[in-house]
Amino acid sequence: MLLVDLKKGQRGIVKRIDANSELKQRLLSFGIVRGSEIEVVDYGINRSTIEVRVGNTLLALRYDEAKAIEVERIDGED
Amino acid sequence: MERIKVVLAGQPNVGKSMLINALSGTTKGKVGNFSGVTVEKLEVCFTHHCHLIELIDLPGTYSLDAYSKEEMVAKEYLLNEEYDLILNVVDSTNLQRNLLLTLELLELNKKMIVALNFADEAKRDGVEIDIKQLQKLLGVRVVLISAKENRGIKELLDAIHYVAEHKREPNRITYSDVFEEEILKLEKFLNEKGFRYKDWSNREVAIALLFENEKVYKDLHDNPIMIELYPLIRDSLEHIYTHYETKDIKEIKASEHAAIARGIVLEVVKGAKEPKSLTLTQKIDSILLHKYLGIPIFLFFMWALFQLTFKFGNIPMEYIKEAIDGFSNIVGGYISNSEIRSLVVDGIIGGVGAVLLFLPNIIILYLGIALLETTGYMSRVAFLLDGFFHKFGLHGKSFIPLVTGFGCSVPAYMAARVLKSKTDRLITLFIIGFMSCGARLPIYVLFIGAFFPQEIAGNMLFLIYIFGAIVALVMAKFLRVFIFKSEDEPFVMEMPKYRLPSLRLLWHSVYSNAKEYLKKAGTFILAAAVLVWFASNYPKDKELDQTYLQKIETTKSEKRKKELEVELKRAQLENSYLGQIGKATAPFFAPLGFDWKLSVALISGLGAKEIVVSTLGVLYSVEESKSDLKEALRKNLTLPVAMSFIVFVIFYLPCFAASSMFTKEAGGVKYFIYLFLFTTAVAWIMSFLIFNLVKLFV
Repeated sequence: MLLVDLKKGQRGIVKRIDANSELKQRLLSFGIVRGSEIEVVDYGINRSTIEVRVGNTLLALRYDEAKAIEVERIDGED
Repeated sequence: MERIKVVLAGQPNVGKSMLINALSGTTKGKVGNFSGVTVEKLEVCFTHHCHLIELIDLPGTYSLDAYSKEEMVAKEYLLNEEYDLILNVVDSTNLQRNLLLTLELLELNKKMIVALNFADEAKRDGVEIDIKQLQKLLGVRVVLISAKENRGIKELLDAIHYVAEHKREPNRITYSDVFEEEILKLEKFLNEKGFRYKDWSNREVAIALLFENEKVYKDLHDNPIMIELYPLIRDSLEHIYTHYETKDIKEIKASEHAAIARGIVLEVVKGAKEPKSLTLTQKIDSILLHKYLGIPIFLFFMWALFQLTFKFGNIPMEYIKEAIDGFSNIVGGYISNSEIRSLVVDGIIGGVGAVLLFLPNIIILYLGIALLETTGYMSRVAFLLDGFFHKFGLHGKSFIPLVTGFGCSVPAYMAARVLKSKTDRLITLFIIGFMSCGARLPIYVLFIGAFFPQEIAGNMLFLIYIFGAIVALVMAKFLRVFIFKSEDEPFVMEMPKYRLPSLRLLWHSVYSNAKEYLKKAGTFILAAAVLVWFASNYPKDKELDQTYLQKIETTKSEKRKKELEVELKRAQLENSYLGQIGKATAPFFAPLGFDWKLSVALISGLGAKEIVVSTLGVLYSVEESKSDLKEALRKNLTLPVAMSFIVFVIFYLPCFAASSMFTKEAGGVKYFIYLFLFTTAVAWIMSFLIFNLVKLFV
């Protein structure tokens, strides 16, 4: 599933990043790599932006760009 | 005296500027600024002997494989320049992510010190870091500091001193098993060959080769050892690729670093897993980024900033105006030659004074922007607005300069600096002028008053502003699609923790901006003011002067005297270079319905938009600021012409002060020419459309 399929508050493990090199590099430099845990904190107005949390870092992404991140949902929550 | 050149590197929001402030606060420092790299030289004396410590402050960067201009500056400097050691500033409250950059820096194999900043905050957060263990794992000196509270600064200077004097310790980072296996293979081979590269250990060379370090490959390119190395490296990489299921070495490197950073944090960070400050930040965010409340709250903040800037800023404005008037009276009294007096009083003092008037607004505005930025709220605004603005090819943060533009374009152009990407900044700079500034208000008020009934005047005014803003958005889209075609910059933005800024830092930011503004007023704007003065006063027709002066002297009636004076002014203006330009350009303006008088008024507005009204007053031979001017306009102009004129005023070239600020912020005269062509084209086409459209209905 994709990161943007997660609901607010849900977490996932990054499986794959399918993006052009610039976007990918940006995500990598924030520690968004295969195997890292990522949480959807909130969606912006009209879901055009998305706020995620990686470790202790809060990040804002564009919805379209966040679609590049494939995740596997961490079960056992809500 | 020995000189130690220290490069400050760190991710954004780690308090580097604060640290520099703290360091230079302990000593005498000098600041110099060039191309994104701040160089600060300061002299530091230790107990036994003195050192000159030169601090090079690089722009904050998340990684060394970066794209943005500022990050490139940091990367280029670290890779290619000569320096003694890297001072890596790290946010203790977010160690894991900060270590990603630290690990990259370590692979540069330079002398290095890690300064753990925000020690105070980490303590409050209940986070405890085992410094000794961290030092052992990283293999470099680690110093705990709090730049804000001025703690650990002495220890840091001692460490700089110590590290500069001693030999560098080799890189000790342990990579994953897969990687270590390949590193050992290459290292063993290099050792067997008795290979040496710079002061690097062969382990360091092996790591660089595996991570495809371009510089190392370039340096070793002609070395015969490469013939034997290539197959080894290829084999090693094949193993690594299979394990990672990707051939993207940058991604593999990032994964390695992420895993190492995670491991280090597990080992050295004790105490709270969830920092209190982060929890607090998320609580604040739940209000400020609220689905329904977020935007209204933001609009309120903007409104407040706007009010402060243009209401409170106007209070000292009165005094400054009085001071300038007083000053020019005094100066004028000393100059007997009337032409020189006119140059000094009207041209220089008047022109520069008009710019100085905005200094209070600039200071308040910059204080506001510095607060928005240093507290971390700015990124939230971008998050809230990016969706809407992105549709028009703008960035969420473009909002700030655009709103500022409703007050005055000069600070607005400066405010565009909040945009990091050059394309975003340029597009925003080009459309700021379409946000009608305060100086254009008198023109609108005059024309609306003359041509529309009182009841709808307010609505008309609102419509003018909205119309400008809508065209601005459409034009932004146009520029993005046709002119600045660069790839959209990805929107991956950190939302830093909310922090209270230090007063010192705020002061520094406001002070340096105000200084720059004043410098501008003293140089470029001074020249521009003199130019405008000259164009509207010369060439002088002596005979004309004489005739009128005689007439004025012989007239008894006061009223007639005033009329004659205004008539003289009109005749002079018509004769001046400005008047001649106006007449010469009249054919250009003819399709818009403007006669030469309106043309001259528009051109005089290039000096400052307020001048348009006073020029009209002179040209229609009435005293300005009297209702007669409205009457005169109503008599001389038709509704389509008036509306066409208003539209032209919305869109045409900003005043001299603003244009010169634009030129500086955009980065060259070339851009000014583009701005001139762009605004003129938009203004002309819009006016033409409105003129002909309104004609159909009237």
